[in-house]
Amino acid sequence: MTEITPVPSLADRVASASPDWVARRATGLSDRSIAWLFIAPTIVLLLAINIFPLIWTIRLSFTNYRANRPNAPLLSVGIDHYQSILGDPDIWAAMQATAHFVVWTIVLQTLLGFALAYFIDRKFRGHALWTTIILIPMMLSPAVVGNFWRFLYQPQIGLFNYLVAFVSGVPPSSFEMIGSVKLAPWSIILVDTWMWTPYVALIILAGLRSIPDYIYEAAEVDRASKWRQFWSITLPMVLPFIMLAVLFRGIENFKMFDMVNLLTSGGPGSTTEVASITLKREAFEKWRTGFSSAFAVILFVTVFGLANIYVKALNRVRQR
Amino acid sequence: MSTGVVTAHSVVEPSGRAKTVAATLVIAYAVISMIPLAWILLTGFKSPPDSISYPPKVIFAPTLEGYCNLFTTRSRQTAEYMATLPPATGTCEEIARARNMVIAGPSNYAPRFINSIVIAYGSTFCAVVLGTLAAYGFSRFKVPLADDLLFFILSTRMMPPIAVAIPIYLMYRELGLSDTRLGMILLYTSVNVSLAVWLLKGFIDEIPREYEEAAMVDGYTRFHAFWKVVLPQATTGIAATAIFCLIFAWNEYAFAVLLTSGEAQTAPPFIPIIIGEGGQDWPAVAAGTTLFLVPILAFTVLLRRHLLRGITFGAVRK
Repeated sequence: MTEITPVPSLADRVASASPDWVARRATGLSDRSIAWLFIAPTIVLLLAINIFPLIWTIRLSFTNYRANRPNAPLLSVGIDHYQSILGDPDIWAAMQATAHFVVWTIVLQTLLGFALAYFIDRKFRGHALWTTIILIPMMLSPAVVGNFWRFLYQPQIGLFNYLVAFVSGVPPSSFEMIGSVKLAPWSIILVDTWMWTPYVALIILAGLRSIPDYIYEAAEVDRASKWRQFWSITLPMVLPFIMLAVLFRGIENFKMFDMVNLLTSGGPGSTTEVASITLKREAFEKWRTGFSSAFAVILFVTVFGLANIYVKALNRVRQR
Repeated sequence: MSTGVVTAHSVVEPSGRAKTVAATLVIAYAVISMIPLAWILLTGFKSPPDSISYPPKVIFAPTLEGYCNLFTTRSRQTAEYMATLPPATGTCEEIARARNMVIAGPSNYAPRFINSIVIAYGSTFCAVVLGTLAAYGFSRFKVPLADDLLFFILSTRMMPPIAVAIPIYLMYRELGLSDTRLGMILLYTSVNVSLAVWLLKGFIDEIPREYEEAAMVDGYTRFHAFWKVVLPQATTGIAATAIFCLIFAWNEYAFAVLLTSGEAQTAPPFIPIIIGEGGQDWPAVAAGTTLFLVPILAFTVLLRRHLLRGITFGAVRK
């Protein structure tokens, strides 16, 4: 392995482009300082773009600040915003809409995703190709695709209404998916399920494939029924993967904004106004920056707690 | 089974009938889930009246009107004025003339699309560079509080975008970064760097340390070993990570709609507001959507082997 044309190394380039003292030290650094050289840029960026603004939000949440009146006197209001959020019926309505959305998307996606993964795992011919096709929706922009679903959901001309009418026999103009109070929450659940079932299926599929064959062979020798094998082997062994998918979808849908904003913008009325939509209305339409900052902090804390559980679940799966 | 010897094949391999049932169900699901996408593709080639006909038309005379409308703005003219014009040049001009309109100029779609490209590639490049360095640091050195730092890095990605957008909006207004490409690149870099660190740490963990150690024994410096030994080994991982970052930045909507309005606006906030005469111009929206989705389709096929890893922050590896 003789190098004929030496490529200047990163260290050489850094050295030639740096002041003398850096160049002198670049070769003789302790491991700890080298580690920090590698990690520091990322940490600095995250401090500047994530943590500094976060601290700013916390500070604003105790004030009456309004972003559209930057020159108005800044008054401290103590924990008033937090108190009014916890007593605000609109906020509770938004939390309920969010919970409805999160719970139903998780239930539907887990059931459908499991079924899909189970059938893909039967390893029929061409299953790899069909799996790739199934995965396409989850890679697409929820905003751009959600926007197009507005067209599919049109009561008179939309393809969705037409197909439902074709299958069920009800007239296609007799129901409105995004216009009616009753169906609007289901219209967003349906689109989310369409997009994200493949995600859940892919993770569960990995779980199914992680189960070694010999366990089933042993069960077969013991004459355990297929049903029994499913409940005592398949399900328990796939459970950590299901948890992972559920947590991830839970976090993502708890902060859902783009698809819902374009599909229903929280309407009709506020039936599909999930937390992020309320936050956007308070912060960028009513310009109640202080109040919305307090709400943002509450959402932060919730997601942070969920993320904590999520990372623990990640580590458990990784140990497998 | 009668022999009492259980082979892997007899137990684990599903029966032919089970396979047929499974294949039928999976293919049915795939076909149904592709209908909305097929409809986007078809609608892009319909004329506006065809796009809103009842029952929905599957067979129609294809036209480029949607694509023409996507890239142009048009103005309606009187018949007298139209009569004075020289013959139409180009397909789009002909289509516009047939509707008593003339092309007034280019639409904003092309600049928005270019913004998307610049911001997605710019932020991906920065996130991958920073992510590779940090991932190497975490992978090869005993970093104090490494687990806490990694959790901190991941948790920044979990934040609800609207909640983050409030202070970013104020900060960018102070710094003059509102509605600039640089501002969006910085923001997307900070969101993507967490994914990049987590994914790349997994990939770099898989490269045996012995390679660099051998190189360092041969007199390479740490940086030299990183550059010449680790990076070439990590190329696949870096490429997969870059595509994931690219897809995120390409698809992102929440920050884009709140923090950009003109100059730096990307395609996702722009496509929904494409309107024609008397409401939304669905063929143009479908055309814009199609062009926007095609790169992602290509990337999905490229990524299919690493998808699982990417969507679980490296937790699940096949």
